[in-house]
Amino acid sequence: MTTVRERPKRLISGPGMLLVWFYGVMVVGAVSRSAYQIVTDFGRAPLAYTLSAVAGVVYGFITYSLVRGGERARRAAQLCCAAELAGVLIVGTWTLLEPSAFPDATVWSDYGMGYVFIPVLLPLTALYWLRRSRTDDGDGNGAGDTVTP
Amino acid sequence: MLDALTLVTGVAALLLAAWCGWAAYRDQPTKDWHFIGMAVVSVLALIQLVIGVVQLARGEKPEQGTTIFVAYLLGAFACVPAAGFMSLAERTRWGSVTVAAGGIVLAVLEVRLYDIWGG
Repeated sequence: MTTVRERPKRLISGPGMLLVWFYGVMVVGAVSRSAYQIVTDFGRAPLAYTLSAVAGVVYGFITYSLVRGGERARRAAQLCCAAELAGVLIVGTWTLLEPSAFPDATVWSDYGMGYVFIPVLLPLTALYWLRRSRTDDGDGNGAGDTVTP
Repeated sequence: MLDALTLVTGVAALLLAAWCGWAAYRDQPTKDWHFIGMAVVSVLALIQLVIGVVQLARGEKPEQGTTIFVAYLLGAFACVPAAGFMSLAERTRWGSVTVAAGGIVLAVLEVRLYDIWGG
């Protein structure tokens, strides 16, 4: 696509930068939202607000891992993205099946419909991206192997 | 006053998004002119922040609460500069895409601000 060669250890080159941007936005959104709700009116929907806070922490960790780069951070981010995806799917289904458990919406309600489905699209994109920027590409040579023909 | 500014900022953000999206489409990083555009949008958001705070100081109440209103004003102000700095670190088309995404996020924030203020 571009002539710039991507260094294997950098996770935020190219499309990765866009991912960091969206994750950053979600961190600010989820953390500030849940902080406000927990401080002002925690009793109204404790489950929903706690889940939003957890989502915010997960987003924060993924953002940090992406920025930090390196193979370990990549694996950690991959794990968290999988957890995030599972969270969106479980909470999304849960809110549809049993709306009474959630008097107020979470970031993940209805698969993140309130956020233009970004919460469900983001982990999918991130998982794809993280798989692609894997340094050990399974050929046994590990990280830093030369260009494969 | 605030509503008009919200509208202008939102439209400016969308124009910025389209402009940077066009740059990305042509496989270009953000250039000086784009940064001037980002500066204009950021200044609009800053004016909005100042006017919003002044309105609060004069005793007007946003429909959905003062805290949320101020939080969104701050978020709207920080949005485009943050994307701009990220595009400085990513000198490819993806930097332009990031700024375009920043413009869209700002436009969404403006819609929310309009609701929160109770237009």
